[in-house]
Amino acid sequence: MSDFRFSHGPIDAVPLRAELIDTHCGGYAAFEGWVRDHNEGQQVTHLEYEAFEALGLREGAKIIAEARERYGVTRALCVHRLGDLDLKEIAVWVGVSAAHRDEAFKACRYIIDEVKHRVPIWKKEHYVSGDSGWVNCERCAAHAHDHAEHGHHHEHG
Amino acid sequence: MTAPLYGLVLAGGRSKRMGRDKAAIAIGGSTQLERAIGLISNLVARSFVSVRSDQQGDPLRAPYAQIVDAGDVQGPIAGLRAAQLAHPDVAWLVLAIDLPLLDAATLQNLIARRDPERVATAYKSSHDDLPEPLCAIYEPAAAPAIAAWLAAGRNCPRKFLIQSDTLLLDQPNPQSLDNVNTPAELAAATAPPDTAAANPRELKVQYFALLREQAGRRDEAVVTRAATPRELFTELSARHGFTLGTEHLKVAVNTEFADWSRPLAAGDTVVFIPPVAGG
Repeated sequence: MSDFRFSHGPIDAVPLRAELIDTHCGGYAAFEGWVRDHNEGQQVTHLEYEAFEALGLREGAKIIAEARERYGVTRALCVHRLGDLDLKEIAVWVGVSAAHRDEAFKACRYIIDEVKHRVPIWKKEHYVSGDSGWVNCERCAAHAHDHAEHGHHHEHG
Repeated sequence: MTAPLYGLVLAGGRSKRMGRDKAAIAIGGSTQLERAIGLISNLVARSFVSVRSDQQGDPLRAPYAQIVDAGDVQGPIAGLRAAQLAHPDVAWLVLAIDLPLLDAATLQNLIARRDPERVATAYKSSHDDLPEPLCAIYEPAAAPAIAAWLAAGRNCPRKFLIQSDTLLLDQPNPQSLDNVNTPAELAAATAPPDTAAANPRELKVQYFALLREQAGRRDEAVVTRAATPRELFTELSARHGFTLGTEHLKVAVNTEFADWSRPLAAGDTVVFIPPVAGG
Protein backbone atom coordinates (compact mmCIF):
# COMPACT_ATOMS: atom_id res chain seq x y z
CA MET A 1 0.00 0.00 0.00
CA SER A 2 1.15 3.54 -0.76
CA ASP A 3 2.82 5.60 1.97
CA PHE A 4 0.32 8.39 1.44
CA ARG A 5 -3.34 7.44 1.83
CA PHE A 6 -6.79 8.87 2.25
CA SER A 7 -9.18 7.40 4.79
CA HIS A 8 -12.94 7.78 4.55
CA GLY A 9 -13.40 6.40 8.06
CA PRO A 10 -11.78 7.18 11.44
CA ILE A 11 -7.99 6.86 11.55
CA ASP A 12 -6.62 4.24 13.94
CA ALA A 13 -3.02 5.14 14.79
CA VAL A 14 -2.07 1.79 16.33
CA PRO A 15 -1.77 -0.31 13.15
CA LEU A 16 -0.17 2.64 11.32
CA ARG A 17 2.54 2.88 13.96
CA ALA A 18 3.06 -0.89 13.64
CA GLU A 19 3.83 -0.46 9.93
CA LEU A 20 6.84 1.75 10.80
CA ILE A 21 8.56 -0.63 13.20
CA ASP A 22 11.96 -1.71 11.89
CA THR A 23 14.96 -3.26 13.65
CA HIS A 24 17.17 -0.62 12.00
CA CYS A 25 15.28 2.22 13.72
CA GLY A 26 16.00 3.76 17.10
CA GLY A 27 13.55 6.63 16.84
CA TYR A 28 9.92 7.15 15.91
CA ALA A 29 8.10 10.48 15.66
CA ALA A 30 4.43 10.96 14.91
CA PHE A 31 2.12 13.91 14.45
CA GLU A 32 -1.64 13.89 14.72
CA GLY A 33 -3.78 16.78 13.56
CA TRP A 34 -7.06 16.90 15.52
CA VAL A 35 -10.35 18.68 14.93
CA ARG A 36 -10.53 21.56 17.41
CA ASP A 37 -13.54 23.59 18.44
CA HIS A 38 -12.41 27.02 17.26
CA ASN A 39 -10.74 28.76 14.34
CA GLU A 40 -10.15 32.48 13.79
CA GLY A 41 -12.62 33.52 16.45
CA GLN A 42 -15.41 31.20 15.28
CA GLN A 43 -16.70 28.26 17.28
CA VAL A 44 -16.41 25.15 15.14
CA THR A 45 -18.91 22.28 15.52
CA HIS A 46 -17.58 19.87 12.88
CA LEU A 47 -15.55 19.69 9.67
CA GLU A 48 -15.75 18.27 6.19
CA TYR A 49 -12.68 17.31 4.19
CA GLU A 50 -12.76 16.79 0.46
CA ALA A 51 -9.86 15.87 -1.85
CA PHE A 52 -9.01 15.52 -5.50
CA GLU A 53 -7.89 12.03 -4.61
CA ALA A 54 -6.14 10.96 -7.81
CA LEU A 55 -3.83 13.99 -7.81
CA GLY A 56 -3.64 14.05 -4.00
CA LEU A 57 -2.27 10.50 -3.87
CA ARG A 58 0.44 11.37 -6.37
CA GLU A 59 1.43 14.62 -4.67
CA GLY A 60 1.34 12.99 -1.23
CA ALA A 61 3.56 10.11 -2.38
CA LYS A 62 5.98 12.64 -3.82
CA ILE A 63 6.19 14.44 -0.45
CA ILE A 64 6.92 11.18 1.39
CA ALA A 65 9.66 10.35 -1.13
CA GLU A 66 11.16 13.82 -0.69
CA ALA A 67 11.19 13.42 3.10
CA ARG A 68 12.98 10.05 2.84
CA GLU A 69 15.52 11.46 0.45
CA ARG A 70 16.20 14.68 2.41
CA TYR A 71 16.42 13.24 5.89
CA GLY A 72 17.45 9.66 5.20
CA VAL A 73 14.62 8.24 7.29
CA THR A 74 13.76 4.55 7.06
CA ARG A 75 9.98 4.59 6.87
CA ALA A 76 7.36 7.34 6.59
CA LEU A 77 3.61 7.24 6.31
CA CYS A 78 0.84 9.80 6.12
CA VAL A 79 -2.93 9.25 6.21
CA HIS A 80 -5.41 12.08 5.68
CA ARG A 81 -9.02 11.75 6.67
CA LEU A 82 -11.87 12.70 4.28
CA GLY A 83 -15.60 13.20 4.83
CA ASP A 84 -17.41 14.46 7.93
CA LEU A 85 -15.38 14.75 11.13
CA ASP A 86 -16.47 15.54 14.68
CA LEU A 87 -14.44 17.46 17.23
CA LYS A 88 -11.45 15.53 18.63
CA GLU A 89 -11.19 13.17 15.65
CA ILE A 90 -7.84 12.70 13.90
CA ALA A 91 -7.77 14.72 10.67
CA VAL A 92 -4.27 13.74 9.62
CA TRP A 93 -1.67 11.28 10.88
CA VAL A 94 2.05 11.34 10.06
CA GLY A 95 4.59 8.83 11.35
CA VAL A 96 8.29 8.45 10.65
CA SER A 97 10.86 5.96 11.88
CA ALA A 98 14.61 6.46 11.54
CA ALA A 99 17.94 5.36 12.98
CA HIS A 100 18.02 8.51 15.18
CA ARG A 101 15.41 10.90 16.58
CA ASP A 102 16.63 14.08 14.89
CA GLU A 103 15.83 13.03 11.34
CA ALA A 104 12.57 11.46 12.47
CA PHE A 105 11.38 14.77 13.97
CA LYS A 106 12.52 16.77 10.96
CA ALA A 107 10.96 14.47 8.39
CA CYS A 108 7.69 14.39 10.31
CA ARG A 109 7.56 18.18 10.36
CA TYR A 110 8.44 18.37 6.67
CA ILE A 111 5.68 15.98 5.68
CA ILE A 112 2.87 17.71 7.59
CA ASP A 113 3.94 21.17 6.38
CA GLU A 114 4.16 20.11 2.74
CA VAL A 115 0.90 18.16 2.86
CA LYS A 116 -0.92 21.23 4.16
CA HIS A 117 0.37 23.37 1.32
CA ARG A 118 0.51 21.07 -1.68
CA VAL A 119 -2.01 18.25 -1.53
CA PRO A 120 -5.41 19.15 -3.05
CA ILE A 121 -7.47 18.75 0.12
CA TRP A 122 -10.14 21.23 1.18
CA LYS A 123 -11.63 21.82 4.60
CA LYS A 124 -15.09 23.15 5.24
CA GLU A 125 -15.72 24.37 8.76
CA HIS A 126 -19.20 24.37 10.25
CA TYR A 127 -19.78 26.91 12.99
CA VAL A 128 -22.06 27.18 16.02
CA SER A 129 -23.75 30.11 14.27
CA GLY A 130 -25.00 27.70 11.59
CA ASP A 131 -22.64 29.29 9.08
CA SER A 132 -19.95 27.35 7.26
CA GLY A 133 -17.00 28.16 5.09
CA TRP A 134 -14.21 26.66 2.99
CA VAL A 135 -10.97 27.51 4.77
CA ASN A 136 -8.63 29.76 2.72
CA CYS A 137 -11.27 30.19 -0.03
CA GLU A 138 -13.92 32.49 1.34
CA ARG A 139 -11.50 35.27 2.20
CA CYS A 140 -9.87 35.16 -1.23
CA ALA A 141 -13.31 35.43 -2.75
CA ALA A 142 -14.18 38.38 -0.51
CA HIS A 143 -10.88 39.98 -1.43
CA ALA A 144 -11.54 39.61 -5.15
CA HIS A 145 -14.74 41.49 -4.52
CA ASP A 146 -13.10 44.76 -3.56
CA HIS A 147 -12.42 47.97 -5.42
CA ALA A 148 -9.80 46.21 -7.51
CA GLU A 149 -12.53 44.56 -9.49
CA HIS A 150 -14.54 47.69 -10.14
CA GLY A 151 -16.90 46.79 -12.91
CA HIS A 152 -16.57 43.04 -12.97
CA HIS A 153 -20.11 41.82 -12.85
CA HIS A 154 -19.35 38.12 -12.88
CA GLU A 155 -17.89 38.34 -9.42
CA HIS A 156 -20.95 39.92 -7.95
CA GLY A 157 -22.94 36.75 -7.63
CA MET B 1 -42.89 62.17 -11.73
CA THR B 2 -39.92 60.82 -13.60
CA ALA B 3 -36.62 62.02 -12.17
CA PRO B 4 -34.00 63.39 -14.58
CA LEU B 5 -31.44 60.84 -15.72
CA TYR B 6 -27.73 61.45 -15.14
CA GLY B 7 -24.95 59.17 -16.35
CA LEU B 8 -22.06 57.77 -14.34
CA VAL B 9 -19.10 56.01 -15.98
CA LEU B 10 -17.21 53.91 -13.42
CA ALA B 11 -13.52 54.59 -13.99
CA GLY B 12 -12.30 54.17 -10.41
CA GLY B 13 -11.22 50.54 -10.57
CA ARG B 14 -7.64 49.44 -10.09
CA SER B 15 -7.53 47.15 -13.15
CA LYS B 16 -5.30 44.73 -11.23
CA ARG B 17 -5.97 41.71 -13.39
CA MET B 18 -5.57 43.65 -16.63
CA GLY B 19 -2.23 44.97 -15.36
CA ARG B 20 -2.90 48.39 -16.91
CA ASP B 21 -5.60 51.03 -16.58
CA LYS B 22 -8.72 49.65 -18.23
CA ALA B 23 -10.03 53.17 -18.87
CA ALA B 24 -6.97 53.89 -21.04
CA ILE B 25 -7.15 50.78 -23.22
CA ALA B 26 -7.86 51.76 -26.79
CA ILE B 27 -10.24 49.72 -28.88
CA GLY B 28 -10.87 50.84 -32.45
CA GLY B 29 -9.05 54.16 -31.99
CA SER B 30 -10.61 55.50 -28.80
CA THR B 31 -10.03 54.64 -25.15
CA GLN B 32 -12.64 52.67 -23.25
CA LEU B 33 -13.30 55.83 -21.19
CA GLU B 34 -13.86 58.00 -24.28
CA ARG B 35 -16.05 55.31 -25.75
CA ALA B 36 -18.22 54.97 -22.63
CA ILE B 37 -18.65 58.75 -22.29
CA GLY B 38 -19.46 58.98 -26.00
CA LEU B 39 -22.15 56.32 -25.70
CA ILE B 40 -23.79 57.82 -22.66
CA SER B 41 -23.49 61.59 -23.04
CA ASN B 42 -26.21 62.09 -25.67
CA LEU B 43 -28.67 59.93 -23.74
CA VAL B 44 -28.56 61.61 -20.33
CA ALA B 45 -29.00 65.15 -18.95
CA ARG B 46 -25.48 65.25 -17.48
CA SER B 47 -22.66 62.74 -17.44
CA PHE B 48 -19.91 62.19 -14.87
CA VAL B 49 -16.86 60.00 -14.45
CA SER B 50 -16.53 58.19 -11.14
CA VAL B 51 -12.93 58.32 -9.86
CA ARG B 52 -10.93 57.63 -6.74
CA SER B 53 -9.47 60.71 -5.01
CA ASP B 54 -5.97 59.88 -6.29
CA GLN B 55 -7.19 59.82 -9.92
CA GLN B 56 -8.63 63.35 -10.07
CA GLY B 57 -5.63 64.85 -11.83
CA ASP B 58 -5.09 61.93 -14.21
CA PRO B 59 -4.91 63.41 -17.75
CA LEU B 60 -7.29 60.79 -19.11
CA ARG B 61 -9.98 61.57 -16.52
CA ALA B 62 -9.35 65.30 -15.93
CA PRO B 63 -11.35 66.59 -18.96
CA TYR B 64 -14.63 65.20 -17.63
CA ALA B 65 -16.97 66.20 -14.82
CA GLN B 66 -15.95 63.93 -11.96
CA ILE B 67 -17.53 62.46 -8.87
CA VAL B 68 -14.93 61.35 -6.35
CA ASP B 69 -15.39 58.24 -4.22
CA ALA B 70 -15.68 59.03 -0.53
CA GLY B 71 -13.09 56.31 0.15
CA ASP B 72 -15.09 54.59 2.88
CA VAL B 73 -16.89 52.15 0.57
CA GLN B 74 -15.32 49.30 -1.42
CA GLY B 75 -16.20 48.22 -4.91
CA PRO B 76 -18.20 49.69 -7.76
CA ILE B 77 -21.02 50.61 -5.41
CA ALA B 78 -18.68 53.30 -4.01
CA GLY B 79 -19.03 55.32 -7.21
CA LEU B 80 -22.80 55.06 -7.24
CA ARG B 81 -23.02 55.98 -3.56
CA ALA B 82 -20.89 59.09 -4.09
CA ALA B 83 -23.06 60.10 -7.07
CA GLN B 84 -26.26 59.63 -5.09
CA LEU B 85 -24.88 61.78 -2.27
CA ALA B 86 -23.90 64.51 -4.73
CA HIS B 87 -27.24 64.46 -6.59
CA PRO B 88 -29.86 62.60 -4.54
CA ASP B 89 -32.89 63.59 -6.60
CA VAL B 90 -31.85 62.20 -9.97
CA ALA B 91 -31.78 58.72 -11.42
CA TRP B 92 -28.34 57.36 -12.31
CA LEU B 93 -27.48 55.36 -15.38
CA VAL B 94 -24.39 53.52 -14.17
CA LEU B 95 -21.97 52.13 -16.71
CA ALA B 96 -18.85 50.01 -16.25
CA ILE B 97 -15.78 51.04 -18.19
CA ASP B 98 -14.95 47.59 -19.50
CA LEU B 99 -17.81 46.72 -21.81
CA PRO B 100 -16.14 46.84 -25.24
CA LEU B 101 -19.12 45.18 -26.92
CA LEU B 102 -21.73 47.56 -25.50
CA ASP B 103 -23.71 49.28 -28.25
CA ALA B 104 -25.91 52.38 -28.33
CA ALA B 105 -29.00 50.27 -29.02
CA THR B 106 -28.57 48.46 -25.71
CA LEU B 107 -28.43 51.74 -23.78
CA GLN B 108 -31.33 53.27 -25.74
CA ASN B 109 -33.45 50.22 -25.02
CA LEU B 110 -32.62 50.38 -21.31
CA ILE B 111 -33.67 54.03 -21.15
CA ALA B 112 -36.78 53.52 -23.27
CA ARG B 113 -38.01 50.71 -21.08
CA ARG B 114 -36.98 52.29 -17.76
CA ASP B 115 -39.70 52.12 -15.12
CA PRO B 116 -39.28 55.09 -12.75
CA GLU B 117 -41.76 53.56 -10.30
CA ARG B 118 -39.33 50.72 -9.59
CA VAL B 119 -36.08 51.03 -7.63
CA ALA B 120 -33.99 50.13 -10.66
CA THR B 121 -34.10 48.97 -14.26
CA ALA B 122 -31.42 46.51 -15.35
CA TYR B 123 -30.60 43.84 -17.88
CA LYS B 124 -30.57 40.16 -17.15
CA SER B 125 -27.15 38.58 -17.57
CA SER B 126 -27.07 36.42 -20.68
CA HIS B 127 -24.95 33.97 -18.63
CA ASP B 128 -27.10 33.41 -15.55
CA ASP B 129 -30.22 35.62 -15.84
CA LEU B 130 -29.21 37.59 -12.74
CA PRO B 131 -29.21 41.41 -12.90
CA GLU B 132 -26.28 43.23 -14.49
CA PRO B 133 -25.60 46.02 -11.98
CA LEU B 134 -23.10 47.98 -14.02
CA CYS B 135 -25.27 48.88 -16.98
CA ALA B 136 -28.42 49.81 -15.07
CA ILE B 137 -30.59 52.72 -14.01
CA TYR B 138 -30.92 53.45 -10.28
CA GLU B 139 -33.93 55.65 -9.40
CA PRO B 140 -33.77 58.20 -6.55
CA ALA B 141 -35.51 55.60 -4.35
CA ALA B 142 -32.32 53.51 -4.63
CA ALA B 143 -30.30 56.16 -2.77
CA PRO B 144 -31.67 55.56 0.76
CA ALA B 145 -31.90 51.84 0.00
CA ILE B 146 -28.20 51.68 -0.92
CA ALA B 147 -27.29 53.75 2.15
CA ALA B 148 -29.10 51.17 4.29
CA TRP B 149 -27.48 48.31 2.33
CA LEU B 150 -24.01 49.71 2.99
CA ALA B 151 -24.86 50.41 6.64
CA ALA B 152 -25.75 46.71 6.96
CA GLY B 153 -22.21 45.90 5.84
CA ARG B 154 -23.13 44.77 2.34
CA ASN B 155 -21.68 46.17 -0.84
CA CYS B 156 -22.48 43.89 -3.75
CA PRO B 157 -24.57 45.87 -6.26
CA ARG B 158 -25.78 42.73 -7.97
CA LYS B 159 -27.20 41.34 -4.74
CA PHE B 160 -28.73 44.76 -4.08
CA LEU B 161 -30.63 44.56 -7.37
CA ILE B 162 -31.68 40.96 -6.69
CA GLN B 163 -33.33 41.91 -3.40
CA SER B 164 -34.75 45.24 -4.65
CA ASP B 165 -37.77 46.01 -6.80
CA THR B 166 -35.79 45.84 -10.03
CA LEU B 167 -37.28 45.70 -13.51
CA LEU B 168 -35.27 43.10 -15.41
CA LEU B 169 -34.99 43.33 -19.18
CA ASP B 170 -33.66 40.94 -21.79
CA GLN B 171 -30.61 42.21 -23.65
CA PRO B 172 -31.23 43.11 -27.29
CA ASN B 173 -27.74 41.80 -28.08
CA PRO B 174 -26.71 38.96 -25.75
CA GLN B 175 -22.97 39.77 -25.95
CA SER B 176 -23.34 43.48 -25.30
CA LEU B 177 -22.48 43.29 -21.59
CA ASP B 178 -19.63 40.79 -21.72
CA ASN B 179 -16.86 42.48 -19.82
CA VAL B 180 -13.13 42.36 -20.13
CA ASN B 181 -10.76 42.11 -17.17
CA THR B 182 -7.64 40.39 -18.41
CA PRO B 183 -5.39 40.75 -21.45
CA ALA B 184 -6.66 37.37 -22.72
CA GLU B 185 -10.28 38.48 -22.50
CA LEU B 186 -9.39 41.72 -24.24
CA ALA B 187 -7.68 39.85 -27.05
CA ALA B 188 -10.66 37.53 -27.36
CA ALA B 189 -13.15 40.41 -27.39
CA THR B 190 -11.31 42.41 -30.01
CA ALA B 191 -10.03 39.59 -32.22
CA PRO B 192 -11.67 39.13 -35.59
CA PRO B 193 -14.02 36.15 -35.32
CA ASP B 194 -12.11 34.04 -37.85
CA THR B 195 -9.05 33.87 -35.57
CA ALA B 196 -10.98 31.98 -32.90
CA ALA B 197 -8.55 29.97 -30.80
CA ALA B 198 -9.63 26.44 -31.58
CA ASN B 199 -12.43 24.46 -33.07
CA PRO B 200 -15.07 23.44 -30.57
CA ARG B 201 -14.24 20.14 -28.88
CA GLU B 202 -15.34 18.34 -25.78
CA LEU B 203 -13.42 18.61 -22.52
CA LYS B 204 -14.26 17.21 -19.10
CA VAL B 205 -14.18 19.45 -16.06
CA GLN B 206 -14.28 18.28 -12.43
CA TYR B 207 -15.12 20.59 -9.54
CA PHE B 208 -14.16 20.43 -5.89
CA ALA B 209 -15.03 22.29 -2.70
CA LEU B 210 -16.18 25.89 -3.20
CA LEU B 211 -16.13 25.60 -7.00
CA ARG B 212 -18.23 22.41 -6.80
CA GLU B 213 -20.82 24.21 -4.71
CA GLN B 214 -20.87 27.26 -6.96
CA ALA B 215 -21.09 25.19 -10.14
CA GLY B 216 -23.76 23.01 -8.52
CA ARG B 217 -22.12 19.85 -9.89
CA ARG B 218 -19.11 17.57 -9.48
CA ASP B 219 -18.25 17.45 -13.16
CA GLU B 220 -19.47 18.37 -16.58
CA ALA B 221 -18.64 17.84 -20.23
CA VAL B 222 -17.96 21.18 -21.92
CA VAL B 223 -17.92 21.82 -25.64
CA THR B 224 -15.66 24.83 -26.03
CA ARG B 225 -13.26 26.78 -28.20
CA ALA B 226 -11.15 27.65 -25.16
CA ALA B 227 -7.52 27.02 -26.13
CA THR B 228 -6.04 27.05 -22.62
CA PRO B 229 -7.16 26.41 -19.03
CA ARG B 230 -7.20 30.18 -18.49
CA GLU B 231 -9.68 30.73 -21.32
CA LEU B 232 -11.74 27.78 -20.17
CA PHE B 233 -11.90 29.16 -16.64
CA THR B 234 -13.02 32.57 -17.92
CA GLU B 235 -15.79 30.90 -19.87
CA LEU B 236 -16.92 28.70 -16.97
CA SER B 237 -16.62 31.49 -14.44
CA ALA B 238 -19.03 33.56 -16.51
CA ARG B 239 -21.41 30.62 -16.59
CA HIS B 240 -21.25 29.64 -12.93
CA GLY B 241 -20.40 32.91 -11.18
CA PHE B 242 -17.23 31.67 -9.45
CA THR B 243 -15.99 34.03 -6.74
CA LEU B 244 -12.36 32.89 -6.95
CA GLY B 245 -10.12 34.21 -9.72
CA THR B 246 -7.24 32.46 -11.44
CA GLU B 247 -4.81 34.31 -9.14
CA HIS B 248 -6.14 32.14 -6.29
CA LEU B 249 -6.34 28.87 -8.18
CA LYS B 250 -4.09 26.20 -9.60
CA VAL B 251 -5.04 23.99 -12.48
CA ALA B 252 -4.51 20.32 -13.23
CA VAL B 253 -4.91 18.67 -16.62
CA ASN B 254 -5.25 14.89 -16.70
CA THR B 255 -4.23 14.53 -13.05
CA GLU B 256 -1.05 16.63 -13.32
CA PHE B 257 -0.52 20.20 -12.17
CA ALA B 258 -0.41 22.28 -15.35
CA ASP B 259 0.33 25.76 -16.62
CA TRP B 260 -2.60 28.12 -17.24
CA SER B 261 -1.46 28.61 -20.83
CA ARG B 262 -1.00 24.91 -21.66
CA PRO B 263 -2.87 23.99 -24.86
CA LEU B 264 -5.98 21.88 -24.30
CA ALA B 265 -6.91 18.94 -26.49
CA ALA B 266 -10.16 17.05 -27.02
CA GLY B 267 -10.85 14.67 -24.16
CA ASP B 268 -8.63 16.43 -21.60
CA THR B 269 -9.88 16.47 -18.03
CA VAL B 270 -9.39 19.83 -16.36
CA VAL B 271 -9.59 20.51 -12.62
CA PHE B 272 -9.39 24.00 -11.13
CA ILE B 273 -7.86 23.78 -7.67
CA PRO B 274 -9.00 26.26 -5.02
CA PRO B 275 -6.62 27.19 -2.18
CA VAL B 276 -5.92 23.95 -0.33
CA ALA B 277 -6.38 23.42 3.41
CA GLY B 278 -5.31 19.96 4.45
CA GLY B 279 -4.19 19.07 7.96
